[in-house]
Formats: sequence, C-alpha cells, structure tokens
Amino acid sequence: MSQVNRLPKGGRVDRSQPLTFTFNGENYQGFAGDTLAAALLANGVDIVGRSFKYSRPRGIVAAGAEEPNAVLQIGSTESAQVPNVRATQQALYAGLVASSTNGWPNVKNDVMGILGKVGGGMMPPGFYYKTFMYPQNLWLTYEKYIRKAAGLGRAPLEVDPDIYDHLNQHCDVLVIGAGPAGLAAALVAGRSGARVILADEQEEFGGSLLDTRETLDGKPATEWVAKVIAELEKMPEVTLLPRATVNGYHDHNFLTIHQRLTDHLGEIAPRGQARHRVHRVRAKRVVLAAGAHERPLVYSNNDLPGNMLAGAVSTYVNRYGVAPGRQLVLSTNNDYAYRVVLDWLDAGQQVVAVADARSNPRGAWVEEARARGVRVLTGSAVVEARGNKRVSGARICAIDLKNHKVTSSGELVECDLIVSSGGYSPVVHLASHLGGKPTWREDILAFIPGEGFQKRHCAGAVNGVFGLGDVLADGFEAGAKAAAGAGCKVVEGSMPKTEKRKEEAAVALFQVPHEKSTSRAPKQFVDLQNDVTSAGIELATREGFESVEHVKRYTALGFGTDQGKLGNINGLAIAAKSMGISIAEMGTTMFRPNYTPVTFGAVAGRHCGPLFEPKRYTAMHRWHLEQGAEFEDVGQWKRPWYFPKRGEDMHAAVARECKAVRDSVGILDASTLGKIDIQGPDAREFLNRVYTNAWTKLDVGKARYGLMCKEDGMVFDDGVTACVGENHFIMTTTTGGAARVMEWLEIYHQTEWPELKVYFTSVTDHWATMTLSGPNSRKLLAEVTDIDLDKDAFPFMTWKEGLVGGVPARVFRISFTGELSYEVNVQADYALGVWEKIVEAGKKYNLTPYGTETMHVLRAEKGFIIIGQDTDGSVTPDDLNMGWCVGRNKPFSWIGWRGMNREDCLREDRKQLVGLKPIDPNKVLPEGAQLVFDPKQSIPMKMVGHVTSSYMSSTMGYSFAMAVVKGGLKRIGERVFAPLTDGSVIEAEICSSVFYDPKGDRQHV
Amino acid sequence: MSNVNVYKQRPDAARAESPLFHAGLDELARKGKSSAGVILREKKLLGHLVIRGDAKDPAFSGGVHSALGLELPVALTLVAKGDTSLQWLGPDEWLLIVPSGQEFEIEQRLRKALDGQHISVVNVSGGQTIVELSGTNARDVLMKSTTYDVHPSNFPVGKAVGSTFAKAGAVIRHTGEDTWELLIRRSFSDYIWLWLQDASAEYGLAVKA
Amino acid sequence: MLHIFCPHCGELRSEEEFHAKGQAHIPRPLEPNACTDEEWGDYIFFRDNPRGIHHELWVHAAGCRKYFNATRHTVSYEILETYRIGEKPTVTEATVGEKKATTAGVTA
Repeated sequence: MSQVNRLPKGGRVDRSQPLTFTFNGENYQGFAGDTLAAALLANGVDIVGRSFKYSRPRGIVAAGAEEPNAVLQIGSTESAQVPNVRATQQALYAGLVASSTNGWPNVKNDVMGILGKVGGGMMPPGFYYKTFMYPQNLWLTYEKYIRKAAGLGRAPLEVDPDIYDHLNQHCDVLVIGAGPAGLAAALVAGRSGARVILADEQEEFGGSLLDTRETLDGKPATEWVAKVIAELEKMPEVTLLPRATVNGYHDHNFLTIHQRLTDHLGEIAPRGQARHRVHRVRAKRVVLAAGAHERPLVYSNNDLPGNMLAGAVSTYVNRYGVAPGRQLVLSTNNDYAYRVVLDWLDAGQQVVAVADARSNPRGAWVEEARARGVRVLTGSAVVEARGNKRVSGARICAIDLKNHKVTSSGELVECDLIVSSGGYSPVVHLASHLGGKPTWREDILAFIPGEGFQKRHCAGAVNGVFGLGDVLADGFEAGAKAAAGAGCKVVEGSMPKTEKRKEEAAVALFQVPHEKSTSRAPKQFVDLQNDVTSAGIELATREGFESVEHVKRYTALGFGTDQGKLGNINGLAIAAKSMGISIAEMGTTMFRPNYTPVTFGAVAGRHCGPLFEPKRYTAMHRWHLEQGAEFEDVGQWKRPWYFPKRGEDMHAAVARECKAVRDSVGILDASTLGKIDIQGPDAREFLNRVYTNAWTKLDVGKARYGLMCKEDGMVFDDGVTACVGENHFIMTTTTGGAARVMEWLEIYHQTEWPELKVYFTSVTDHWATMTLSGPNSRKLLAEVTDIDLDKDAFPFMTWKEGLVGGVPARVFRISFTGELSYEVNVQADYALGVWEKIVEAGKKYNLTPYGTETMHVLRAEKGFIIIGQDTDGSVTPDDLNMGWCVGRNKPFSWIGWRGMNREDCLREDRKQLVGLKPIDPNKVLPEGAQLVFDPKQSIPMKMVGHVTSSYMSSTMGYSFAMAVVKGGLKRIGERVFAPLTDGSVIEAEICSSVFYDPKGDRQHV
Repeated sequence: MSNVNVYKQRPDAARAESPLFHAGLDELARKGKSSAGVILREKKLLGHLVIRGDAKDPAFSGGVHSALGLELPVALTLVAKGDTSLQWLGPDEWLLIVPSGQEFEIEQRLRKALDGQHISVVNVSGGQTIVELSGTNARDVLMKSTTYDVHPSNFPVGKAVGSTFAKAGAVIRHTGEDTWELLIRRSFSDYIWLWLQDASAEYGLAVKA
Repeated sequence: MLHIFCPHCGELRSEEEFHAKGQAHIPRPLEPNACTDEEWGDYIFFRDNPRGIHHELWVHAAGCRKYFNATRHTVSYEILETYRIGEKPTVTEATVGEKKATTAGVTA
C-alpha cells in the first residue's frame, strides 16, 4: 500500500484525501487529484500492459492524451466496463478498478511474450496478413486467439446503467485548449463580449502552466491561471468545459466535444445525471490552441518500462508529487528538455547524465544544469536502453548526426529512468480533419497546421510558437482576431510579464543511430501502441510502399486509438530518410476524427432504447393496445398487424379476420395513409401532370385511383384522390410515401411549374381514417350515420359528408379488399370516440378489427398492388398490367409518359405482374423466391422473375401469389418453378393476378 | 368560394382526445412537483389553420388584416392578439391559431375577405398540438433537442422557427422570456413527450394543466 | 455538418434541416415527346460531378419547405451563395477560379 515513488511534498494532489484503487487485482492507494497513471507510478507499478504484437512489457510513457501503453480496462462490474481508457486521462476516484488490456493470461507471464522475444525477424510488419491469411478459412480461428492474446479491450456484456446526452451549442469563439494560449484567447474574446466556449481535455485548466518552472508577473504561473479562470467564470456568455476533448473538426466550423461529466467521481454517474455529454458546436470562429506533444527519441529498447518522455516526468514531479524512478538519464536534442533535469534535482533525485545530440549547447537551462553539477555529454545520445522488466542502464555513445553513425564505443551508465525529448510536435490533428495538409517547418523541426478553409486561428505551440511570452502574445492576438471576426468590438487583454531566457535551436534527431544496422539492432520503437519499429518502416519502404499512406497501412503506424500522437513524425522521418527524401516531401498521413476514443454511449446520446427513433401512433392506438394487437412497423408508424384472440397464432388470427371481412364486416385503422389537401384553380391540371391517368373530367363528389411515376416511367406511388370542390382535392398516398410524395409535388410546383395556381398542405395527421369493409358494412354504418347510404345515392368511388357517431365526417366509398367498403375520415381528436361507437354498434355484425396482414391478403386476392412490395422502382404501369390507368391521350406530357415510351420499356418480354397458383395448394411460395422456367437446368439457373406477394387464402382454400415473370402476361396457363434453398422446388401455374371476384361485383353492391 | 369545400369538422359536443391525451397530463399536474426547472403544458384542441397566399399582393395582406385584425407577420415572426396568433411558416404560408371551435367561422371570414384571390385555407386542428415549455431550464432542454440556436440574442421573444427536434421536427415559438411553445405533429407527440421527459429529467419536470 | 443560408428564412441553418436534391438548373424539356431516347436519358440520369464550383438544388425541409439553389465548392465544401428558384448564380466556374475559392475564409 505504500506509495514508494511519492515525493514527501509538492504537487497539486490533496494528500488529506487518500483513495484506494485496484489494478490487476491488487490494491493500491493514491490521492485525490491524481490521475490513475500518476497513482500507478506513485506505487511503483512499472508494467501496465503487454505490447500489441510482440507482447513486450510496457510502462507509462506520457502524462496526457498521447499515452500509448497505459490504455486500460476500467470497471468493477460487468455493466460498468469501459475499454481503452488512458490512465493518464482518468482521474482517480475511490474504488476505481482497472486492469491491463493487453496480456493474456496476465501481464507478468505472457504466452505471446515468447513469440515476441524470439528473434527480431519473427514478426515483421505484414506478419498477420502474410502468415495467417492463408488458408483463408483458418483466419477466423487464428483471429480469435490473436485478438484475445493481443487484447483490444472489451465491451461490457451487460446493459450500461448510465445515460449520455448531446447538447447543441452555438458560440462566437470556441477556444480549444486551456493552456497559456487558450486562456489568453478566451480572456480577450470574453472581455470583448463574445459568446465563448473554452474546452480542455484535462481535469484542470492551465495546460503546461500547471507544471511549469516559469513565473508570470513574478509569481507562480498557477496564480495567473486561477485569476483568469475566476474572471472567465464571472462572464455570463462564457462556457467553461473541463474534461472536454474536442474530438472532431467538421465542415463549416462544426465541432464535436466529448465531455466526461462524471468519470472523475466514479464509474457510474450519480442518478439522473448524464455521464458523458457530446457538445455539437457551431462556432463563428475557432481558436485552436491544442498545444504540442513532446516527441520521444527512437533508440534501441526504448519501450522498456522506465523509458519516458522528459516533459511527462516533469509533470509527474510538479503536478502530482511523483518521481517515477531515482536515477535519471536524459537524451535530447533541445534546450527545453533540460527543465526535467532541474525539476528532478529540485525533487531531491539523482541525475546520472544528460546526452545532448548538439555539439555545444549553451542555453540558459543547459548552463543551469551544468552549474548544479550535472554531467552533460555533448554530441551524444542514448543508443540503447538496458534492463529486463525495467530500465537498469543506458548506453550513451557519441553520434555523428550527418552520417547517422555511432562514433564512440560509449559507456554504459547505471540508471532506472531514461527520459527523452526529440522536440515538440504541434497537435495538428484537428486542423487536419477537413483535409488541410500540415506544413513542415525546418526551423522548428515540426509540422504546423497548413492553410485551411475554416474560420480558425491557431495560437501557441500548435502554431509553432513555444516560448511562454510568445505563446501568451499569440493567444491574445488570436482571441482578438476571433472576437473581431465574430463581430465583436475587441477589448485588449493585458499581458502578464514573463521571464527572458536564452534558448538555442534544436538539431534534427529522430532515429538514434546504432552500431548495428536498423534491422539487426535491438528493436527501436516508433509507434509503441501499434508495435511499429524503425526496422519495420525501413522494410515497408524497401518493399515498395513509398506513399506515406501506404507505409501507414503496411506497418499500422498511427493506427487506431493512437492516431499517430507520439510516433507519427518519427515514423515519417525514418521513412523519408530511408527513401532519401525530405520530411516535407514525405508529408503526413490523413488525420481523422476522433482525436481520442469516444464511448458508444456518448455517440448515441439520448437516441437509444425507446428514443432510438420516433415511433408514430394513430389516434386509435390506445384501443389497439387494449385489444392486444400485434404491431408492424410501416415506416415510423406502428400499425396493428393482426389482433390475436387468446391462443391464436398469426395464421389463425389472419384467417379469422379475413373470413369476417368476406362474410360480414371488419374495421381497419387506415389513418397512416398520407393525405394532402390540394387547392387552387390549377389543381386539376397539376393532377393531370403528376398522375398517369386523366383527372379533367372527375366531378365534384367523386374519387379516382391514380398511379404516380417518376420521369423514367416507373411506378413510385399510388392512392385515391377525391374531388371535394371544383378547385379542391384530397389526395391519399401510401403510408410510407407520404413525405416523399409531398416533396415530389412541391419540387415540380416550385421548380418546373410555378405558374400553376395550386397549394399543397399535408393533412395526414389531421384526419383519422377508419375503414369498414365487408358485406355488412352498409348496414353497420347506417346505424351510426345520417348519410344516405343507398347504393344509388352513394355509389362506388364517390364520397359524402355527414355525421358519423355524432362527429362530422367525410366518408369515401372506395375499397382495397374488394368488398363493399367505406372509409370514414374524422378530425383525429374525435376519432377514438367514433371508432368506439362503431365497434359498439358492430357487435351484432361480428365486427372484427383487422390489421395490415389481413389487409394484405385480402387485397392480394383481388390483385391490388402494394407499392414497394409488388413494385421496386423498375416496373411501369404496363408491367403491372395496369395500362387502364394510363392516360395515353392527355395533352400534356405528364411525368412518366416519355420515360415509359423508351424502347426498353416497350419490350414485350419485360417482367410483368401475374398471379401464381402453386400446384400443391398447401404450399406457400416464399416472398422473394426466384423463378425459373426449367428447374432441371444446371446452376446458375436462368432466373425469369420473383415472387412479390404470397399468402394462404382461407377464403379460397388454396395458396396463391403475385409475381413478376418475364413476358408473364403472354404465359398465362404455363408453369414456373421456384427452386428453394432447401433443395425443394415449388411448381406453380401462371394465372391472372385477380383471384377473387374478378368482375368486382362485391364492391359495387 | 363555392370552388372549395369548407366543412365544419369539429363537432359541437363530443369527447375529444388531444394528441397527448394518453400521457394523462391532468393527472400528472395534480401530482405536481413544486420546484422544477421545466414546466410543461399542452395547449390542446385549439383551432389551427394553414393559410397560403401571395404575401406581395396587398390585397392578400389587406384581406388577412381585415379578417383577423392582424398584420401578416414577416419571416420567422409571430404576431398575436388575445388568444389568436398568426405565424410565418414560409414565404407563402402562415399558421393561424384560434380558440377551439372558432376555426370554421374564421375560415369562412378569411375566405370572404380573400374572395377572388388564389389562396388556400386548410384546417389542420386535429393534426397538431402545442406543448408549452417554461421554467429556468426550458432553454437547456431545447438545446438538447434542436440544432437551432435558442440563445436570446438569436432567438428573441416573438420569433418562431421551423427546425429539427430530436429526430422529428417542430416549430419552436418564443413567447415569453422563459416560455417557449413547440408546435408538434399528432403522430410524433408520444415520441416528443418521451423525449422531453428524458431531456428534462436532470432539471426536474412539472406538468401544468 | 454544413451551415446553409436559406434565402427565404434569411439566416444560416444547420444541414439537418435540409435535403439535398442534386444538381440545379436541369429544366424539364418542354416537349418530352420530341426528345430522343438519348436526350431523355441525359435529362433523367446524367449529372455533372465537377471538382470545384457546383450548383445544387436544396430544400429547407424542416423549415420553410421551399426549394432553393446553392453554389458549393466540392473541394472545400464552402457554400459561396444561395439563391432562389428562377434566379441565376452569380458565382460560376467562369467568375471564380479554383484559387479564390480555396483561399476564402480565414486561415491561420
């Protein structure tokens, strides 16, 4: 339980609040304010995982989002499991349970480790592809074990108890990163009156100022941070988002921020509170102040636990009061890295040596280190780390940068911590999400954001500005520009005073030379998370992968959750060197959202469970529920599918419902049909142009069925339209087609024929529709209406107005079942009452509610099509044998007419809609079954059509189907065959698609 | 006027169920929480008429004014007088909301005032309802629900916009400092009711009759 | 997520409120029956796919329900103008070269 690496004092942790936690089954203690990584280091935990491919032991390297190794599984219970959590970004809380993601059966004894250690050539890049891909069917077997052994984290098997949500934000200025540049920018923008959002991924605002040695206005920098935050907090239009990673930069300054609201409190959010929130931000201006990541140097065995980034060690010492070792060796090429030496000495630890690749470094911190007795070896570098499961020594040699050679036999020094710094890589990820190419600057040896289309301003380290004074000035300037760009009157900020310090330039060093060739030297890791080595990259270029994107895919450099944070630039430099080109010529790979992993919960937000997508209900839905209806999804609508009685299965229920309609009367909720009110003197002409048939002579009081085609002549919707006034029509559409048809009418009216005087208004939700169908429907309706239902007064395909159940109604005498039918339409607010009155009155007629399945069977018996089931966007009215519905002599060339007269549409051997009667009347053809003329032909058979609708008809006593068959209309009486997947074949006779009451006597009574 | 069918669709006396009747809002209102960040009320069973016409034609705007006593509102605005409000929906489309039962008489009055013009008036009363959200967190709930910027600097009182709402659509009307109205379609009302309960859970939701 | 200025509502709205309807300025032939199959096929099926300036038809589906045109740069996705049906674009491939479009906006 003892925190062996905790310094006696210092850090921003609260030592009065000890917290216990568990890692890989063992209990440890840390303090409030620790990250999990800081607490693990405080407890001397060296190994946090095994590497992905070679299964080498790995320790914590970094202190932020760039951490490649400490990617852990969190959660004490199954439902709370979260994979891929960076220990460096997870605040410690009491009772935290974490375990290594990689390493099976455990991190200390690893079966894969054997594979990794035996010879460097054992697993070159492409190994999985080359070895395991053949024979192909075995890959599935290999994959299971490889994935298990490599470990990629796992999703919980139980339902996540937490809630997540999304918030749509709009602001003048979004500031990304709350380090010195970001704070300065936010301050200026806020003072200028802008709506500001300041987002930072860390637990606290301040960024590098939280662990710097430098002062502002002569005081610790953290005091300035606290002052700025206090001022920002008072501004009503400033929103501060800590623990909020800006993960995606999308078009037109739309950015997504993943905020972890409660992850620092515990593994499950307090009741009622969202655990994560995604802010969907539209920003007039963006200030990108994402900072820079320190680059490690690439030397042999640089992945052994005890190899860390120089700056990360400063962070652990200054911010958390943790010294992850005793004897430190620094290998670097720049001045700024020396601060770790000073921090380490201040913490009372031993600095063994500094290896500086430069020949004569004389910067202020370098001299300060020398003055404090630190041994600085110039023109040198750590070429190799030594140790078993932890660094125990470093081999430092003189190197020749120009010729990439080791020039001395060097010396082996004893140490337990090697820190390296190869310079600083601006975090260009967000600036590149929209395709902006970063620009290489040789003077600072870094890529900075290139030109972008976005309204953004980069500030601070991301912009290649590193000195604290310059960073602050850059931040103030960017904040002012952004506020001005968003239309605010700028109020300047006041710069705090910074220290002046002599700093010298870095030299280019990425891969440190070794006495042996890259492929023979002990492994030099470039991308620790994906186990990519310098030798692997050289191999890739040797094998001809010259484009940076190809190198990436061949080696996995910068893949997955890592997104190239640590390894990218080193990898590019090595590839460039190997190919003899410059880094600028090499360029970077594409950076894609998300910057760091986002939980699925956060992606889904509130759109899950019953809110996954809208469910639409009719006014009579409650009644359907009370009757125990089963429901079918039709678009977003929930429609009653069938109404089973106790003990009935679907088949029995549908047979009963069908019989009731054919023998007496049934009632259907048809409210979901699309309804469009059309008014205007040109309404009739408009109908003539969008429907295939003629509307000129439809009198007021009548209704007509119509087909709609696209310009290509293919049917896309149908329905009945009634003329309710000379200039007034009510159009019905299919349930699924309602919105589509409305847009269709509008697009033609608004873009092609604006001169036609007509208006369209959707009344789908206003009218509720109930269909009474069956020979007793007239008698039943007569009991609840004052409308004269006499067959001459109210004939087929006409409509009337009157009271139904005491409510004003429009009643249409139309039929989709082939029976005498009435569609009663009332204002939806009154529909349930009317429905209940009809049901009450219908008892003596055995009025039976029926659902969509019965409706489908009954209409199919009559050969009536359903759009989207019997049509698929490739059938013309003639293909459907519905030529009677085509106005061939209409003066205007209506939509579809030209298209259906293309040569191809006139072929006689097109697939045409016909009826099929299985020879075995008990066999029901599966819908979608492919049809052939000759079942004995060899495979692949020549397919001549398919079944579109198929049912068992209890009315007729046999199975039947509708199908499209090549030249089917001329093949009535011939046989087709449906060879099924189980090897059986169903034989059927081609017949008319109208099976029941072909003369239509029943609907005309 | 005889060219169109103007039909009194609302019965004088009959049981009515508003789009949110199944939620039992009256019952919830009685149980009511005392302090809640969001207060919800259905303004139900009102008369809703969609009016179409040519805004550039003074005869149209004049006719509307003479029939309603309201100026034709310009883009993204709402004008109101007493219980009657008139809202811009599109360049040739407005929504008139009147007390329940008045829609038939007012449609006739409008048609008379606009006689001879190419216009359209459609009763959509049964197809939509208004949900009023008020309270200190009403705006937060809106931010979770719509991509439209509901900050008062962009969305002052008197503004009304059609936008997306969760995965459905809604017309959002800003009627008072902390008061907003959502005009929603009947068939989506259950979804939006569920959504609002969920989105306002962290602030507390109270229902007002 | 584009930010699109609706010329009827007079303000910028988020892409969710709109539906894209393909290339703009493709008038329906006035005499379809006089078109050859090839001409008709061109009208129905063939569209431009330029790298650069593209005139598109959009509808403000969740807003005012009106169709309008937008001139969009297919590389930068920048929307250079929106204009009503019946109006002509002011920004075209002829008036704006690739260069101007790619340097529009503020850069760091």
